[in-house]
Amino acid sequence: MEVLLGISGKDFVLIAASKAAMRGATILKASDDKTRELNKNTLMAYSGEAGDTVQFAEYIQRNAQLYSMRNETELSPPALANFVRGELASSLRSRKPYQVNLLLGGVDKDTGKPSLFWLDYLAALAEVPYAAHGYAQYYCLSILDKHHQRDISLERGIELLNLCADELKRRLPIDFKGLTVKAITADGVKDIPYDDDKIVKSA
Amino acid sequence: MDALVAKYSRPAAEESDPFENELESHDLMNPADHLSLKFAMPPVAQPSSWLRAATDDRSNPECPIKIAHGTTTLAFRFQGGIIVATDSRATAGDWIASQTVKKVIEINSVLLGTMAGGAADCQYWLAWLGMQCRLHELRHKRRISVAAASKILANLVYSYKGMGLSMGTMCAGVTAEEGPALYYVDSDGTRLAGNLFCVGSGQTFAYGVLDAEYKYELSNEAALELGRRSILAAAHRDAYSGGYINLYHIEEKGWTRHGFSDTNPIFWKTKLEKGEFSNVTSELE
Repeated sequence: MEVLLGISGKDFVLIAASKAAMRGATILKASDDKTRELNKNTLMAYSGEAGDTVQFAEYIQRNAQLYSMRNETELSPPALANFVRGELASSLRSRKPYQVNLLLGGVDKDTGKPSLFWLDYLAALAEVPYAAHGYAQYYCLSILDKHHQRDISLERGIELLNLCADELKRRLPIDFKGLTVKAITADGVKDIPYDDDKIVKSA
Repeated sequence: MDALVAKYSRPAAEESDPFENELESHDLMNPADHLSLKFAMPPVAQPSSWLRAATDDRSNPECPIKIAHGTTTLAFRFQGGIIVATDSRATAGDWIASQTVKKVIEINSVLLGTMAGGAADCQYWLAWLGMQCRLHELRHKRRISVAAASKILANLVYSYKGMGLSMGTMCAGVTAEEGPALYYVDSDGTRLAGNLFCVGSGQTFAYGVLDAEYKYELSNEAALELGRRSILAAAHRDAYSGGYINLYHIEEKGWTRHGFSDTNPIFWKTKLEKGEFSNVTSELE
């Protein structure tokens, strides 16, 4: 019941992840941040097997930083996405594969082009205009199919995200404790305030 | 009249008893004696687990019987009455068995039922419900309420609980005493009155689009369009839904049908004219 959502637009990528950290029937933490910044303008959100997620995300994060130090250059979002895919693919055929699903969003520092990537634990990689993982796919992709356009503004992106989040609150049987929402633009990653306490009424 | 009703309220199958042992047949059919027909049951302790072993495609792809499944159906109440919409695909395992199924059954001029789940179960029992509603009309000299019709169906499926029936249906109608009424009935025996339901494997996709813009105050045109668009969303994302969109509008004067229209041209029209489905490419790169 973890929620990952990604929406891209004209000059930004929005990434949202549920705040609940669940083990079995217990919510261990209600303010978990399931994202890591890979560099100044690339963010990765993760869900999946407990333990694997953070280990894998931080391993990727450190290697991205190491690359930048060695080569005195930042990796672009597509370069990072392909690097992550490669790491997941070799892990998949190892003795103990990482079971991690990811969304990777970024804005190219030089061209200003936003890009969003969907990756799953089987190391499939797809560049998409909007994406979701887990049960959120079943409820939110049809909403985004209808309301998303390629050239939307950040304000419109946040509206769409609220449309999706409201539907999840309405229909998911387990409370996911709200969302951490982050926007990646040419200026870097910034937190977007999100009202976790909003009550959504069903029809 | 009563003699006529008595003659026809007993189904033909009941005339000659398929069971030789009267006691055994009574044991099996006891709970629904006055309601249901008499079906031969598999001669095992748990008919449902026997049936599941023979039909469950997911756990055993080699299963000998493939039941037609998978659907998207929706219905919602609004200011102008009730909208009922369905897709038209029937699948048996991974096979598309039909693209032209009528999943809305017209019980009478003001009452509609929808089918999701096992195609045979739904088709048979909704036709049977139609018969019961007509008999009610003859007996009581007035049309059955939606509440009563849905309860006849709910009681029937409940009497078969645990025997492997698979259906998720909605009964919708507008009557003078109830106004617009909508009931969800499934084979677990659940019966719920409500404003808005989506049923079937594509339900979540339809809920997504419907919930986002649903208001009770919707105009007739907007409501029809929202129903159509919600089925299109499910037909696009759910592998087990597709084919044609079957649309109905129910008002106090009765239902009207708003087409049985192919999803494919509607999809491309929606994409190219409104810029929706930005996920799908329309040009080769």
